Amino acid sequence: MIAFAIKRFVQALGVMLVVALISFMMFRFVGDPVNQLVGVDTPPAERAALREALGLNDPVMLQFGRFVVKAAQFDFGISYQFKQPVASLIASRLPATLELSFVSALFALAVGVPMGVYTGLYRNTLLARGFLAVSLIGVSLPTFLIGILLIFAVSVNLGWLPSFGRGETVNLGGVWNTGLLTKSGLQSLILPSITLGLFQMTLIMRLVRGEMLEVLRTDYIKFARARGLSRRAINFGHALKNTLVPVITITGLQLGSIIAFAIITETVFQWPGMGLLFLQAVQNVDIPIMAAYLLLIAFLFVTINFIVDLLYVAVDPRIRIGGRTAG
Amino acid sequence: MPQRPFKYFTALSRWTALSAVAVCLSLTTVPQAEAKTLRFAFQGTLNALDPYSLNETFTLGMLANVYEGLTKRDKDLSIIPGLAERWETIDPLTWRFHLRQGVKFANGNDFNADDVIFSAERVRAEGSDLKTRIPADSEWVKIDDHTVDVKLKTPNPILHYEWDTWYIMDKEWAEAEGAVAPISARDTNPGQAAFKANGTGAFVVESHEPGVRTVFKPNGGWWGTPEHNLTEVVFTPIAADGTRVAALLAGDVDLIDPVPVQDIPRVNENADTEALTGPELRVIHLGFNQIRDELPTSDIKGKNPFRDANVRKAVYQAIDIEAIKDRIMRGLATPVPLLIANEQYSGAGDFSRWPYDPEAAKQLLADAGYGDGFSVGMDCPNDRYVNDEAICQAVVSMLARVGVKVNLNAQPKAQYFAKVLAPGGYDTDFYLLGWTPSSFDSWNILTNLAGCRDETGAGGPFNLGGYCNEKVDALAAQIVVETDTAKRDGLIKEAYTIMTEETSHIPLHQQSLVWGKRKNIDIVQRADNQVLFYWAKVN
Repeated sequence: MIAFAIKRFVQALGVMLVVALISFMMFRFVGDPVNQLVGVDTPPAERAALREALGLNDPVMLQFGRFVVKAAQFDFGISYQFKQPVASLIASRLPATLELSFVSALFALAVGVPMGVYTGLYRNTLLARGFLAVSLIGVSLPTFLIGILLIFAVSVNLGWLPSFGRGETVNLGGVWNTGLLTKSGLQSLILPSITLGLFQMTLIMRLVRGEMLEVLRTDYIKFARARGLSRRAINFGHALKNTLVPVITITGLQLGSIIAFAIITETVFQWPGMGLLFLQAVQNVDIPIMAAYLLLIAFLFVTINFIVDLLYVAVDPRIRIGGRTAG
Repeated sequence: MPQRPFKYFTALSRWTALSAVAVCLSLTTVPQAEAKTLRFAFQGTLNALDPYSLNETFTLGMLANVYEGLTKRDKDLSIIPGLAERWETIDPLTWRFHLRQGVKFANGNDFNADDVIFSAERVRAEGSDLKTRIPADSEWVKIDDHTVDVKLKTPNPILHYEWDTWYIMDKEWAEAEGAVAPISARDTNPGQAAFKANGTGAFVVESHEPGVRTVFKPNGGWWGTPEHNLTEVVFTPIAADGTRVAALLAGDVDLIDPVPVQDIPRVNENADTEALTGPELRVIHLGFNQIRDELPTSDIKGKNPFRDANVRKAVYQAIDIEAIKDRIMRGLATPVPLLIANEQYSGAGDFSRWPYDPEAAKQLLADAGYGDGFSVGMDCPNDRYVNDEAICQAVVSMLARVGVKVNLNAQPKAQYFAKVLAPGGYDTDFYLLGWTPSSFDSWNILTNLAGCRDETGAGGPFNLGGYCNEKVDALAAQIVVETDTAKRDGLIKEAYTIMTEETSHIPLHQQSLVWGKRKNIDIVQRADNQVLFYWAKVN
């Protein structure tokens, strides 16, 4: 087991190095950061000096090596635009993204599972067909369109919820700014969470529906019916319980992509999280932020996959044995 | 955030209706009369607050609410006294500034001559992005606590033109905060002083979260008489156009800059909001590469068609500027005959554009030996100026009608500027660029956009195409030192006449400022696009 974990860990490090290298190769094509750092009147000589001082004239491999050595010590440099250490900048934006992501995942589960159960149990009713039609919208409409439609419908026309931002935040222990404890913070959370979670909700609903249809055909459900158990006990105590294993796996895996793909939602709602920070960094060619963010997201996916792998090993001894013979 | 009105009670559940009643009750009990908050959203972010870090309109405009220069600019952009009450030129090389008495910085320190001399040193120091505000070789002498002399090496009639955005800092504060040296883009750890501000202006920064939210409060100890009635200003960047407009329509913000031109009707149709428009000083122009012997993107080999003034004039006359104004800019553009805005040059009225005339353009091309036309590549930004890419597309189709085939390469500004400026080797044959002379003066145009340049950009750094006429250069050298206004205007006119005659560039238009505001907000929209809270009122 430990050998397996170490092997996976080394692989994970390799993946992160490759991600960092690829992103460094791409930075050559995103444009000139110096032009975003100075005013239009700044003479070319000053610009050249700045480029030299930022180390942008060095070969890519040298820049990359410098970045990796520093990143290994958790030093991601200073943001060109914000002139603050990238690590603290990302740390200050992380709570906003995490709160949004978790609330979206919660929303996706809380709405997706019941809808899935309902459409699985009563698949020919009008409501079930309605749910399926709505889910089609969730899958096919791009996130930014859903976001802007929600803003115009709910904020502009109805005037119920704030159109942008995070509302008032409360500082917890100096490190975590939370919007979960104020009324405006909670109100601000509703539209972005729906926007971000709609796709996952659809996914979960369809997954639960499919699993329910599968499980309801199995013998033990038939026996349960034959025994005269209540419909409630059969549907929720036996059928739903058995559909949840894949649902939990998928939800866990999707959490990573919710965080990573919060970029669009955060931009539409001007949500002050990491995704917005990243998108602004791309526009301004703020290489230190881009590099650190991409690495962080790679880390997130690698970690989630690592944990899932370990869990599978714990659950399924066949993988353990296979791993041992291979190693 | 104030409660928004609930408009559709029928659609609300009983619970929300009850809470709405509760809100109404709370509104009657809490006195609201005195809070006058201006909530402002801009497309870009406000980062470091060091006033010498970035020479950029928005940052300097925001800081104008907090800091002040020796001079200021009025609502019509004319120069008025700021921290200097008055000034005189003792001789062409010596200027004397009489400083305002009884002015205090936000931290309570007195403003005096030492602060001015400190600021003059700091703005010229390594790392400052505003070095051009003061001649590098000028000498600053303290006569007494409220008098400063500036000794110049060469006469400079426009010495104080840009001083409205050269902000005076407190020497003692800077020393205590460790901010004596300007925060430069290359600083590896600038420290917290870069995010604090201590000025003499009408507002103070209460809190500043770069890229998220900045809160301003009125400066109670300000020396001037407030023309605003604000108790608080909350600035939030909103990058996405749709969200910014929605925030205004929903009443979540009071003022936005900019409104995309296609959303102006939407803002005006809404009962509580309106668009505020006016010409901006920035002039959009097209430029030709005239420095290369052969254009890499053209099918003409062995020579450069743009070196022929007839070809340049043909391109000029093929462009229907009124169509661009009406169709693309939706009327919100002012076509101009020169590279400088009409407001910034008193003689602009003496010039007119070459008329739109495709037949004449074809004839000019035929005379120049390009009767069958030619092809050329064009570089264009797509996120820098108002509808920049659409303007370039229009130019492409207009030029196609006279036989010039243009291959457009429209890119985001980061990539565009990396290609067309000095670091990219001025790699463009035909381009679109916008320019505002920060000094409000023609010399800035002549030296930045029209001066003969070498490969590194020395001579005319933003003359991307390398237009070069020694007569214009000689005139520019005279203009910079000529102190007689009438004579100087004559020289400027001469230079512009040469440039117009040989179509050095194609000036297109001044784009328009479009702000969106709630109707209860009064604010002055100055043509330089600075958003100044000290002229804002919430009614």
